Amino acid sequence: MSSEYILKMDQVTKEFPGVRALSNVSFKVKKGEIHGLCGENGAGKSTLMKILSGVYPHGEYQGTITMDGSELKNNSIHDAIDKGIAIVYQELALVPQMSVGENIYLGREPQNLGSINWNRLYANTSDILKKYNLDIPFYAKVSSLGVGKQQMVEIAKALSEDAKVLILDEPTSALTETEVETLMMILRNLKKKGVTCIYISHKLEEFFEITDTITVLRDGMVVDTVKTTNTNTEQVIAMMVGRKMTDRFPKAARKPKNTILEVKNLTVYDPDNPFKKKIDNVSFSIREGEILGISGLMGSGRSELVTTLFGEYGTKISGDIIIDGKNVKIKSARDAMRYGINLVPEDRKKMGLVLMQSILKNLSLPNIKQFSSIFHIDKHKELHECEKISKSISIKYSSLHDKTDSLSGGNQQKVVIAKWLLSLTKVLILDEPTRGIDVGAKYEIYKLMNELADNGVAIIMVSSELPEILGMSDRILIMCSGSCTGIIDRKEATQEEIMTYATGMKNYSNNGNHVNNI
Amino acid sequence: MFLKDISKRSARYISVNIRYLAMIFALILIWAFFAVATQGIFLKAQNLSNLFRQMTIISFLAIGMVLVIVTGNIDLSVGSVVGFISAIAAYLQAVTFSKYLPKMFPMLVGHVSILGIETTYVGLLSTGLTIVIALLVGILIGVIQGASIAYLGIPAFVVTLGGMLIFRGGVLGITQGKTVVPIENSLVYIAQGYLSNLGGIIVACIVIIAIFIIILWNRKQKKSYGFDINPIYKDLSIAGFFSLLVLFYVLYIANGYRGIQNPVLLLAIVAIIFSYVSTNTRFGRYCYALGGNKEATKLSGVNIRWNIFIVFVLMGLLSGIAGIVLTGYVAAGTIGGGLNYELSTIAACVIGGTSLMGGEGRISGALVGSLIIASLENGMSVMNMDIFWQYIVKGLVLILAVYIDVASNRKSWIEK
Repeated sequence: MSSEYILKMDQVTKEFPGVRALSNVSFKVKKGEIHGLCGENGAGKSTLMKILSGVYPHGEYQGTITMDGSELKNNSIHDAIDKGIAIVYQELALVPQMSVGENIYLGREPQNLGSINWNRLYANTSDILKKYNLDIPFYAKVSSLGVGKQQMVEIAKALSEDAKVLILDEPTSALTETEVETLMMILRNLKKKGVTCIYISHKLEEFFEITDTITVLRDGMVVDTVKTTNTNTEQVIAMMVGRKMTDRFPKAARKPKNTILEVKNLTVYDPDNPFKKKIDNVSFSIREGEILGISGLMGSGRSELVTTLFGEYGTKISGDIIIDGKNVKIKSARDAMRYGINLVPEDRKKMGLVLMQSILKNLSLPNIKQFSSIFHIDKHKELHECEKISKSISIKYSSLHDKTDSLSGGNQQKVVIAKWLLSLTKVLILDEPTRGIDVGAKYEIYKLMNELADNGVAIIMVSSELPEILGMSDRILIMCSGSCTGIIDRKEATQEEIMTYATGMKNYSNNGNHVNNI
Repeated sequence: MFLKDISKRSARYISVNIRYLAMIFALILIWAFFAVATQGIFLKAQNLSNLFRQMTIISFLAIGMVLVIVTGNIDLSVGSVVGFISAIAAYLQAVTFSKYLPKMFPMLVGHVSILGIETTYVGLLSTGLTIVIALLVGILIGVIQGASIAYLGIPAFVVTLGGMLIFRGGVLGITQGKTVVPIENSLVYIAQGYLSNLGGIIVACIVIIAIFIIILWNRKQKKSYGFDINPIYKDLSIAGFFSLLVLFYVLYIANGYRGIQNPVLLLAIVAIIFSYVSTNTRFGRYCYALGGNKEATKLSGVNIRWNIFIVFVLMGLLSGIAGIVLTGYVAAGTIGGGLNYELSTIAACVIGGTSLMGGEGRISGALVGSLIIASLENGMSVMNMDIFWQYIVKGLVLILAVYIDVASNRKSWIEK
């Protein structure tokens, strides 16, 4: 018996010892639609996906899932794939050393008497890529492709398995604006071909661009399923957080004081390619108590710029970095810290935290000198100070001796920021401070940034999200392929304006139309 | 909510401690098995005393190896380095110093007797110089290997695999394929001598007093910061338990035979210092942090190259100590000195809960691991088991130990 719905979840409940991750979740996905699924971290999205994909097999949860009219009983991940459910994960699951074709058919290589039939493998790959208009060479090594194309490979892989339902988990978190657009195009294309999609994301704008229906989860329960055309961002956010949030960004009246950091004609060459300028003649300054947003597309050199300021990028560097009126050389993170420049890196799990260690040890890592002589750490003082700082920014933990692994994304990010609150901080650089954390936690991070600015800290914030840049910055520096194309005031900035600079359509240095506070 | 908290806490407590409990349990099981299988010979003071002495050389190395593995590296050269240093020490004593020192210092050839050792002033001088040179050679090797790894960026596996071959070559070159003897009595005393019974009791008293002072001082510190403290009876019973262990060792094992073994005393001192360094100093903290996440540690302003360098220098120093003890222990320099020690050392660390992925491991664990290996070797020898069985059993125990570790970690999904 078939109906207009391809997938129905009915009263699905999943419990872990002591926690109810999902309670009585029911929702239906129409055939051929793009169904958005949103909710804060911990709302139950990943648990739901793990049930659909067979990570939690049938019997480990209560309730029924119906697919195409018959009950779905997955015993394993393999089972789910056979039944037509394919997931494109947030972290790409490809083997970078292998070709596109090899990756797509990994584990299902067409064989002749036990030897791989390469011609058929590549012919099939080529067919699939053509059928869905995916513009990737099927013989290319995956490592040679950009993140956006790699994701297409993942999608192609899912489609090659005859997926009836394609689940995309945070597909845009690592993509540039253009790549996002390409992805959206592909998804619309797939929709035309009748593929059903479940789309999970933190970026609400995308829901309104692409989805037909939105289901909002909160605390393991479905808040509502609504037609996208009948709702708006404010409503969805209100559903997610359970309260009406009048503003996603806390208001602050900032009064920047003296210039603390000045960068003049900074040029940095690519360490992997000594002839390529990664940062090209960038100059800017920032004052105490000011928030400078750095915007730009991925690969424009944003992260490289701030990592250079922190002393951990580039080998051939020219130009001046002036702190408090003194010209300084920063060659390592230690140098930067000595001058009061601190960095909250882009990827908190890989670069910000030692996940296997306790919250306490992470907090004290850059600050141990305060609690120790060469031969001794005063562990009591350490605990005392770290407890004080974590309470002051309300990190939620049951014990500071817990592993950082056990914290939610937002709390982990707070730990990375708190690491620097114990030490001398004149300039705090935040690289993508709210990536992958939920709306409520984002708001708290923003509040924290405002507080720091009020206390005279100069904040440099790199972000891919334009609303965040516009909502938080006093001034916005925009980069395009290594050079600074504009520095504009928040009052004059719009998303469109920033994008024209970021795509290099406009450049203050050659049309004289710049607002530069140096 | 409350229930969630309890289950989370107990899960955490169990997953942290299960490997240590399993290790202690395994040790007791092994001892019990050998006690029965050898009709009690295994548990006699004389045998246990020998067992503890046998474990010392691997234990010195395991102390350093824990730090090496925690930082995400490995040292395959320790066996050869120990052999090399031992050969140098033996050659210095048997050839160089015995030939030149009496000529240079003719006034020192007189006989002397201290601590019950019959020797000469020249002999004492020879031993002193040998110890200094052996330690310096160990440090130098650590400097060279550490610099190659930390500053030239050659993988530790490769550098120390090379070192393993180079220093084994060095052993053969120095000994010329022969056993180098004689060794001065004073050097032999370091590895084979015993403290008097009175000395043992004094040591026991000092250690027990220290345990109580540390625990009480810790309470006072916690109180001054307003932290929660354990009820006093709990802290006192912990102190009491460790005191009983010390008393059991000193009164039954050591004084029950010939007294505290010198190398065991030396090991205890070195182990306490390194344990302290690994848990209570910046250097130690940085080792664990960079083993857990090199990038994050670097971005926290830690000089990770320098840290890794120092770890290998310390490994060299400990190899030097182990080399001296080995020379005294066999009272000679031999071609086979230190052969396969790197494998036993790594096994001791792994059995003791050190993760080869880096970031995790305790020195105390490695010492228990080393004791387990020594117990197996000793017990099987006492049982007169064939040597081939000994290898097979040790291999199986190693794999089993890691399996327990893996299995106990898998449980920790509850925490997520």
